[in-house]
Amino acid sequence: MTVEPTPLGAPTLELRGITKRFGALTANDHIDLEVRAGEIHCLLGENGAGKSTLMNVLYGLYRAEEGEILLDGEPQSFAGPGDAMRAGIGMVHQHFMLIPVFTVAENVLLGHERELGGLSGARQKVREISQRFGFHVDPDARIEDLPVGVQQRVEIIKALSQDAKVLVFDEPTAVLTPQETDELMAIMQQLRDEGTAIVFITHKLREVRAIADRITVIRLGKVVGQASPESSTTELASMMVGRAVELTVQKNPPVLTDNALVVSNLTVLDALGQKVVNDVSFTVRGGEVLCIAGVQGNGQTELTEAILGLQHRVTGSIDLNGNELIGDSVREVLDAGVGFVPEDRKVDGLVGDFSIAENLMLDRYSGAPFVRAGTVDREERDRFAAEKLESFDIRAQGIETPVGTLSGGNQQKVVLARELGRPLALFVASQPTRGLDVGSIEFVHSQIIATRDAGIPVIVVSTELDEVVGLADRIAVMYRGGIVGIVPADTSRDTLGLMMAGERVAGAPNPEPSKGAVA
Amino acid sequence: MTTQQPTAAQPHAETTQQPTAAQPHAETIELERAVVKHWKAPVSYAVLTLVALVLFVVASRDGSTTLRLASVGDFVALPDAVLPVRATGIVVVVLLAALTAVSTWLVATVRKQGFWLPLAFGVLFVVAFLVWAGADKMIPIPGLLFATVGLSVPLIFGAMGGVISERAGVVNIAIEAQLLSGAFSGAVIASSTGSAVLGILGAMLAGVLVSMVLAVFAIRYFVEQVIVGVVLNVLVVGLTNFLYSSVLTANPALNSPDRLPRIPIPGIETIPIIGPALFEHTVIVYAMFIIVPVIAWGLFKTTWGLRLRAIGEHPLAADTVGIKVNRLRFWNVALAGAVAGLGGAYFTLDTTGAFNREMTAGLGYIALAAVIFGQWHPLKATAAALLFGFASALQQTLGAIGSPVPSEFMLMLPYVITLLAVAGFIGQSRAPAASGKPYIKQ
Amino acid sequence: MNETPRDADDPIEPHAPQRPGGSPDSGAAPTAVHAPAEAEVQVAAPVAPTDDRTADVDDPWGSAFRRIMGGNLVMAVLAILTSLVVGGILIAATDERVQETAGYFFARPGDMLSAVWTAVSGAYLALFQGAVLNFAAADRGFIYLIKPLTDTLNFATPLIAAGLGVALAFRVGLFNIGGRGQMLWAAAASAWVGFAFQMPPILHVIVAILVGIAAGAIWAGIAGALKAYTGAHEVISTIMLNFVAFWFITWMLRTPGLLQNPGGNNPISPPMPETAILPSIFGPPFVLHWGFLLSVLAVIVCAWLINRSNLGFQFRAVGYNASAALNAGMNVKRLTVYAMLLSGAFMGLAGAQQVTGAVTTGFTAGIDAGIGFDAITVALLGGSTPWGTFFAGLLFGAFKAGGFRMQAAEGVPVDIILVVQSFIVLFIAAPPLVRAMFGLPQPGRKSRRQRRDEAALAAMTQQKGAQS
Repeated sequence: MTVEPTPLGAPTLELRGITKRFGALTANDHIDLEVRAGEIHCLLGENGAGKSTLMNVLYGLYRAEEGEILLDGEPQSFAGPGDAMRAGIGMVHQHFMLIPVFTVAENVLLGHERELGGLSGARQKVREISQRFGFHVDPDARIEDLPVGVQQRVEIIKALSQDAKVLVFDEPTAVLTPQETDELMAIMQQLRDEGTAIVFITHKLREVRAIADRITVIRLGKVVGQASPESSTTELASMMVGRAVELTVQKNPPVLTDNALVVSNLTVLDALGQKVVNDVSFTVRGGEVLCIAGVQGNGQTELTEAILGLQHRVTGSIDLNGNELIGDSVREVLDAGVGFVPEDRKVDGLVGDFSIAENLMLDRYSGAPFVRAGTVDREERDRFAAEKLESFDIRAQGIETPVGTLSGGNQQKVVLARELGRPLALFVASQPTRGLDVGSIEFVHSQIIATRDAGIPVIVVSTELDEVVGLADRIAVMYRGGIVGIVPADTSRDTLGLMMAGERVAGAPNPEPSKGAVA
Repeated sequence: MTTQQPTAAQPHAETTQQPTAAQPHAETIELERAVVKHWKAPVSYAVLTLVALVLFVVASRDGSTTLRLASVGDFVALPDAVLPVRATGIVVVVLLAALTAVSTWLVATVRKQGFWLPLAFGVLFVVAFLVWAGADKMIPIPGLLFATVGLSVPLIFGAMGGVISERAGVVNIAIEAQLLSGAFSGAVIASSTGSAVLGILGAMLAGVLVSMVLAVFAIRYFVEQVIVGVVLNVLVVGLTNFLYSSVLTANPALNSPDRLPRIPIPGIETIPIIGPALFEHTVIVYAMFIIVPVIAWGLFKTTWGLRLRAIGEHPLAADTVGIKVNRLRFWNVALAGAVAGLGGAYFTLDTTGAFNREMTAGLGYIALAAVIFGQWHPLKATAAALLFGFASALQQTLGAIGSPVPSEFMLMLPYVITLLAVAGFIGQSRAPAASGKPYIKQ
Repeated sequence: MNETPRDADDPIEPHAPQRPGGSPDSGAAPTAVHAPAEAEVQVAAPVAPTDDRTADVDDPWGSAFRRIMGGNLVMAVLAILTSLVVGGILIAATDERVQETAGYFFARPGDMLSAVWTAVSGAYLALFQGAVLNFAAADRGFIYLIKPLTDTLNFATPLIAAGLGVALAFRVGLFNIGGRGQMLWAAAASAWVGFAFQMPPILHVIVAILVGIAAGAIWAGIAGALKAYTGAHEVISTIMLNFVAFWFITWMLRTPGLLQNPGGNNPISPPMPETAILPSIFGPPFVLHWGFLLSVLAVIVCAWLINRSNLGFQFRAVGYNASAALNAGMNVKRLTVYAMLLSGAFMGLAGAQQVTGAVTTGFTAGIDAGIGFDAITVALLGGSTPWGTFFAGLLFGAFKAGGFRMQAAEGVPVDIILVVQSFIVLFIAAPPLVRAMFGLPQPGRKSRRQRRDEAALAAMTQQKGAQS
């Protein structure tokens, strides 16, 4: 780090009083933010705090109702992303803005055909930037053939090819392994040292503390305050969430039962023949929670889908109480007593246009209790729905309300009410609290623990270490489709982090449940 | 783009995909891969070879077939080719079996199947079929090819309209409507102004108008594009029928355009076989010879093509680099209409010389089939259209000499082939990712 | 395009405004202004979004089909009126008297205006008399006064059945554009049972219709199976199957020993025997046959099927969100095939009605009479509901019945009906356009108040949550 951030220098980018409303909701309420050349300014906030809205205002995708954007002291008016880009703002999007069937050079060229001097110019530019930062990106490779980490570098190259003065990284580490994250941090530091102003949006406290020069915390669309990079994780967390956070989950030591899911040598191939789950073996006993930790995209999704019967190219064995699940249809798996909370409730868990009542019978569409003689028994359905509305505290006008209009927390409660509403032999929850508010998270966690205490084997897949550590009786860490190791819940975060990066840690493999694991 | 000194210093910068110990950055997630073999192609070939065996050997016919290669005015007169039916059938089936074996071997050893294989297979099959179907008769090859080109023209124009529109992200079921409106407008405007050129322009304009309705409903109002397309087809049929009955029948002067003159291209039109097939046409056909390669080149080599493909694949990504997605879509769909409308002019200003009710007779749907069978690529779609045109020409030729195969089966061919293509038995068709999805800007 | 910024939560999610209720905070609480949770899933996929799964991710709540179904009565009425106006303009513009008088419009505008009035009112009066009540024939008795009404029902009969086929497929997220091919096969099968077998009167016609229904179902089932097991888009495959069916039936109709009328040279089938003909309900001069009651029965069956049966529950789940249906254990592929089979069955009923009721003197390859395509417009106008389809079928039946009289009496080509029908569907499909034409408030504004209420509700529940 050769260039010290100059606290007194004029800010390169300044946002003043940005206010963006969606109907009656104020997503951004008079937000001020400034970034200077050669500094990394972290914008920290929970999911839904308004970070992405702010950046979309900055990038010209949204227009703010109030406030102004100043670049080098000049007020700007962006009608679209093109204007923002021309003014020198580059964005590394959370969802890569790359065209999968184009080559790297074509993606960089798009929109800047004249400035870059055609495809050959774009190729040259890619090589140049790639060389400068050690990216090793082939300008003629097709995006869809590149791994995620490299795709992100292409995003960065795209921004740099426009000589951006300000670079915005929107949740860039969500898809990266810890190791790739470290590399990204190094790249960001290098960019900073070369005088780029960087806005780093994240909700991951450790990353913020590692790299930020300044921190602005926003909550509920408002700036809560500035924090110093020396602040402790707890301090940052409480600023971000707004109250002292109780991250631990209250639970008793596990009482194991004879119910068991035994997965052995499970391998799942994707459409391209890649082993997305590679020779995985583990056992979950009734009465314990096995958390599957790991960075997004290391085979967790496919593993849970394989259990549910959604994956078709599966070998090995999934044995639930002596009943082989591989080869069974989803219907048969559900009938075997598997409760499943999918990773993305809106896409896989609920039919948004259906009412709460209809969603609550979504996976019991034939036979008792809801169907008689091929006809849906509306009275029985509504009675069940009314009961669940009450017992799961689903906040809605009534059972006829379409679930698409509910908040995320209430939607997840509908999913839980349905999945826990029938006799279970196994409960699998994938990212059960993603995108939920703190209150809903606590509710979901308590339901998971209650299920465990009822003697049912529980698998929770989560990318959030806090959740993993809080819920688990044992932790299995997945990396590149395989299980790196199965460790006790009290394993240190550093060790878990190393495992998530694929390091095998001494003494980690521990495939059998042991009562001593959790004290 | 400045060309500074580092250019020479890093000539091979792009070849750094392989990680080395000194470059930890290059380490990437690459999962283990199991080998996947696609057996569809060899299976399809095997089935077709069996069909050939049954048709050309088991059910072979006696005698021999004369393929006339010469036509009047060739600079060198080729002799007729006389092929014995049974022997030709046996030879071709053996060759087809060999090609099937090659294809099987290629798949078994995980090698790429070149484009030559299906081409050779197809040509052999067609030759054997011709010889078989024309037993003891004479088949005029130049005439067959001339008819193929002629029948393909509207298909190719329509397919180009389809390719442009779908590449831009708007499904174009309305090709039929664009062709039909082009045919109508071309006839009426050429008749009333007495100018074929204005007729052509009028045809293009009509295609553009249909396209613009499609574009407005698809882009502005987010209406399901398939619905708009189907409804537009019905609407234009209704509209042209209505106007034909209420206006054109009462005023025949409005429906008697001067047909475009055939302009043989001196010199090359005398090349045997292909000369008359390709170079004795009207300006519309010559325009096609230019437009197809221009579209192919433009789509993959120019800024227009880059942006066009971008908005059809990932409109949001295009938006984030400052491309006005919906505006670009609108004008490209309009352009597609102009191209397809030009194809419509071919009906009234080239072949028939007058407008008739529903004269496009579903050719727009065959053009759509060519787009899909041609995998949304202008040259492949043209090849597909030529193939469909050939099937149609063959049906006419065989009908004239007395065909052993019912003509309806020949007419069915394009649709069956397209069905097999969309079902994945022939080729891999992958539509532009955002085709059919409206881009809704916040 | 300079659109006013829409209320939405996340630019990454282009379909966001289509979410039901449109509440921007339907994603994640507490304020939940954008919904990163759903979007993160998209990032996770390292491969290009090419398969159906990711396409679903793009549009989690299936916006297109809700728009199709979301029409309301006011919009339907306005769309019909506007389309009739468009039709009127065309009629006036092509009327000879109007064209003559237009030449001296500025000298005597009244001449042209009255010519326009004569042309348009004459045409639409003829339409009404041909479709509803024939005042001109009132003096011949009540029977002749109301005969047009029964003609309308007669024309509506196959439209309703075929419309149900399209509507049912729509509800499962499928476009059945293959009505033509399905009807042709149904007609061929029905006719074949009719002329090739001898059976007792009532049984014969029932068997003929059932076989026709089965034939239509199978032909549509092919498209369903291709969609389910190879991924072939049903729009393309049904269009292609239409032509295959057309040429195949044409061939059979001109081939002796197959469907051709023995002793004839024309591509036409033998006439149906008395036993295989649906009898007239009221007797001559009325042509209305029992097929109409079959259509009504079909509406009732379809309504039960979609709204009450557990198969319909699964159909609707697949139509709205196939991914969630899959996770709930539904066999989406099999349901796709079932849906197309049933859709084709309704189409088959329409085809069978044509040969057993409407055209009993032998059929040709034109027996579908464009009904397969009209069915799409019927289903769209009917909002893809069974009873909506019923009334839309009646309306278009009226257009057809009246159209022929209009052509005969006023010389207005019957094709104008196609134009009017097409415009109706275009207007129905784009409510904002109709609202703009009539100066009605756009729903964005209307639902903003609704959104405010919802936001207030959300804030309230949130507070309650914080207190508890």
